[in-house]
Amino acid sequence: MTQPLLALSGLTKAYPGVVANKDVSFNIMPGEVHALLGENGAGKSTLVKTIYGLVKPDSGTMMLNGAPFTPAEPRAARASGVAMVFQHFSLFDAMNVAENIALGMENPPPQREIAAQVRAVSDQYGLPLDPSRIVGELSAGERQRVEIIRCLLQDPKLLIMDEPTSVLTPQEVDILFKTLRKLSAEGTAILYISHKLEEIRALCENATVLRLGQVVGDCDPRTTSARDMAELMVGTALHVPERAARPAGDTVLSLKNLSAKAPHQFGTALRDITIDVQKGEVLGIGGVAGNGQDELVAALSGEMRTAAGMITYLGENIGHLGPNPRRKIGLLTAPEERMGHAAAPDMSLVENAVLTATTRKELSNNGFLNWRKARTFAEDVITAFDVRTPGPNNAARSLSGGNLQKFVIGREIMQDPDVLVVNQPTWGVDASAAAAIRQALLDLAAKGTAVICISQDLDELMEISDRFAALNEGRLSAPRPAQGLTVEEIGLMLGGAHDMEVAHVDA
Amino acid sequence: MLMLEKRPQPSKAWTLAAPLLAVVLTMICGGLLFAALGKAPVETIRTIFFDPLFSEFAWFYRPQLLIKGAPLALIAIGLSFGFRAGIWNIGAEGQYIVGAICGAAVGLAFYPTESFLIFPLMVIAGILGGVVWAMIPGILKVKFGTNEILVSLMLVYVAEQLLASMALGTLRNPEGMGFPGSRNLAKYDSASSWISENAGMHWGVVAAFIAVIFAYVILSRHQFGFNVRLAGQSPRAARFAGVNPKLLVLVCMGISGGLAGAAGLFEVAGPAGQISIDFNVGYGFTAIIVAFLGRLHPIGILLAAGLMALTYIGGEIAQSNLGLPGAAIQLMQGMLLFFLLMVDVLTNYRLRFGKGATV
Repeated sequence: MTQPLLALSGLTKAYPGVVANKDVSFNIMPGEVHALLGENGAGKSTLVKTIYGLVKPDSGTMMLNGAPFTPAEPRAARASGVAMVFQHFSLFDAMNVAENIALGMENPPPQREIAAQVRAVSDQYGLPLDPSRIVGELSAGERQRVEIIRCLLQDPKLLIMDEPTSVLTPQEVDILFKTLRKLSAEGTAILYISHKLEEIRALCENATVLRLGQVVGDCDPRTTSARDMAELMVGTALHVPERAARPAGDTVLSLKNLSAKAPHQFGTALRDITIDVQKGEVLGIGGVAGNGQDELVAALSGEMRTAAGMITYLGENIGHLGPNPRRKIGLLTAPEERMGHAAAPDMSLVENAVLTATTRKELSNNGFLNWRKARTFAEDVITAFDVRTPGPNNAARSLSGGNLQKFVIGREIMQDPDVLVVNQPTWGVDASAAAAIRQALLDLAAKGTAVICISQDLDELMEISDRFAALNEGRLSAPRPAQGLTVEEIGLMLGGAHDMEVAHVDA
Repeated sequence: MLMLEKRPQPSKAWTLAAPLLAVVLTMICGGLLFAALGKAPVETIRTIFFDPLFSEFAWFYRPQLLIKGAPLALIAIGLSFGFRAGIWNIGAEGQYIVGAICGAAVGLAFYPTESFLIFPLMVIAGILGGVVWAMIPGILKVKFGTNEILVSLMLVYVAEQLLASMALGTLRNPEGMGFPGSRNLAKYDSASSWISENAGMHWGVVAAFIAVIFAYVILSRHQFGFNVRLAGQSPRAARFAGVNPKLLVLVCMGISGGLAGAAGLFEVAGPAGQISIDFNVGYGFTAIIVAFLGRLHPIGILLAAGLMALTYIGGEIAQSNLGLPGAAIQLMQGMLLFFLLMVDVLTNYRLRFGKGATV
C-alpha cells in the first residue's frame, strides 16, 4: 500500500465553550479527491485551517509524506505543497488578474512572466483566463479561477477547496469538476469541503463525515446514497418536507416592470421585473448571490420605495408604503442577514418580537408597548418553532444561527401573512432545522399564503416551489413550473456559464 | 497573557458596578495626582467628595447641589436619547446658550410688566431657541450628510460670540451704567425661575425631575424609546422595523436641543440671573460625561448629575480652602469619564488569564 500524502491522527482543538475538533484521524492518498462532509458547525473549517497552518491544534499530529507536518503559518503550509481556495475570495477588484496573483507571492517575478505563467497554467487545465483583465469585471466563476490558478502556480500536492460551488451556476460547476478531475489524474490530492451531497457523489472517491467535531464515518460516495450520507451527517433520520397539491389561486401581489437603481456602490440595480404571485403558491427565486436578491427583498419589504404602479397588492399601489403599512395589509418579509437586519443581536427575543410584530399582533396601545403581550408572543414563537433558548429574555446574539433563523421565520409566520417573502431561509442552518423551516413554509402556503422564497440553494427551491424563476443581474426570468425542470434548464435560467469556456480535458 | 473574551450577553452586574468602580479609580488616581501637586491626598478627596454633604457648612452646600445638578441632569437626559440612537450632539453648550438668550429676551421684552404668563412664555422661547440651534446640525446631517459632531461643536463657538454680542449690545441693561450684561431676571418677579432660593429650588430642578420620569417611561415603555434603542444598536434592523432614520435624527436633536435650551433659560432666570459674557460655565459639555456616567439611563443620569455637582462644589471648596488649581478639578472630571469607558469593556467582555491565542 502506498504511503498516504497527509495522515491526520488524533487532532483535537477546543475553543472556549466548544470543542471544534475531537480526536480527528484520517488519511488522504496522493491524487485522491477526498470529501470532507459535515453540517455547519461540525468542525470542517477548523480542521482545514489546522492543515493550512491558520490554527494550531491542542493535540494530535499530522504527517505529510511520512514526515511530521506542523505548519506555523499558511506560508509554511504553502512551502510544503498545501494550497487552499477559500470560500470568500481575497482579490482586489481594481487590479488585474496578474497583479492579484503577484500580490499573493513572496517574491513575485515581473508582470510579464506572471502573465505567461498564468496563460500556460490556464491552458493546461482548461481554465481560460486573460491575465490582463480587471478582477472587478469578472464573474464569480472567473474569480474562483484566479484563486485556483494562484494555487496551481505553487505546484501544490494537496489542494483544499472550501465550498467552491456555492457561488457557481450548474454549468460552471461542471467546468470546475473537469479541472479538478484532471488535477487529480496528475497526482494532486484534493480535499473537497461541501455539504452538497450530489456533488460529492459525482466527484469524490472517498468521504470523511464530521459531526460535532468528531469523525462519525467514512464512505465511498460513489456507492453510498445521498440520503445515507445525510443521515450520517445529521445523526438522525431526515424528515423530507411533504407538500399537498393545491389549486392555483387568485393573484395577490403583482410586480410590473419593477426597476430601481442600485442603492449603493456594490449593489445591483433591479431591471424590469414583472411577475404575478398567486395565493397559496410557493414561488422560488433562484440565483447566484449578488444578482439583486437583497434589493428585491428591500423593494418588497418597504425599506426601498419604488415608483408608482410597479408593486401592486390586491390591485392597490403599495410602492410608496413603508415597512409597517405593508405589514398591516399582510405583506411580511424575513431578510437574509439575521444579525443586525432581521434581528437586533443585543436585544432580547421579546424585544426582537416587537421589532416586526407590533402592527399585526397589536403589541402597542397609543404607542405604549405591551411587554406582557410581546413576551407571550415571543414564547409562542419559541414553542411553535422549537427555538432552543433558555428563555425569551435572552439576547438574540446568544442563539445559534439555526435557532435564531427559526425564531425570525417563525415570528413572521405566526403573524398570519397573506404574502411572505423569505431570503435564504435556511442559510447556515443545520439540516433538521432547515427541513422544519421548509415544512413550515409549505404549511403556510397550504393555508393560502403566497410564499416567495429567494434562495441560492437550488435543491431547496426544487423541493418546495410550485413555480421557479431566476434572478440574474437584476433581471427576473419568466417563471416556469418547478416540476420537471432539469438542472441544465435551471442553469441556463441562472445565466448559464456566464460565457465561460468549457475545459479542454484532453491530456 | 491577558485576553478579552466576548460575553454571550452583556453582564448586568458590571453594568451597575462599572460606574462605581470608575468613581473609586478616579478617587485613587485623583489622590495620586493631588499628592504629586503637594496636597494631602486623603484630605483633598474628602474635601471634594464628602465635605459638601457632611461638613459643618453642609447647610450651605446642599442647596448648591440642586442648583448645579439640575442643568446637568436636564441636558444629559436630552443627550441620552440621541446617544442611544447613535446621534452625537455634543453641542449642548451652544443650545444651552441660545435657549438662555431667547428665553431671557422674551422676559426682558416684558419688563417691567408683571404677569404669570411671562415665565411660561420664557420657557417656551428657551426651548424653541435650543431646538432651533440643534436643528442646524440636524438638518445639515439629514439633507447633506454632514457630521453632526463637528457642526454641533462648532456652533458652540458661534453661540458664545452671539452671547457676547447680546451681553454687550442688544440685551444690555439700559440702567447698567454701560457695564456689560442684561437686567437681573432673578430680581424680576414674573421672570424669576426661583421657587425657594434658600433651598436651592428653582423650576429647573422641577423640570429635571419631570424629564427623568418622562425619559424613563418613554425609553422603557413607548415605541419611540424602542425605536431609539433599536436604531442605536442595529440601524439596518431599525429601517426594517419601519423606523425613519432621518426623522429620528431630527427628533433626537430636537429633544436634546430643547432640554438644553430649557436648562439655559432656568439658569439665566435664576442662579445666573442675567445674560453676561461668561454666562456659560460648561454644563453642556459636562452633561456628556453625566450622560455616559449614568449609563444613558434616566435614573443613572440623575445620580451621575448629583455626583458631578458634588465634584463642582467640592472642587470649589478645595480651590478656596486648599489652594488646589481649578484645572485639577477638570482633570479629575475627565478622569472619571476615561475610567468609566475603560471599565465599561468588562460589561461586554470578560478578562481571561491564559496562554496566548494561537492565531
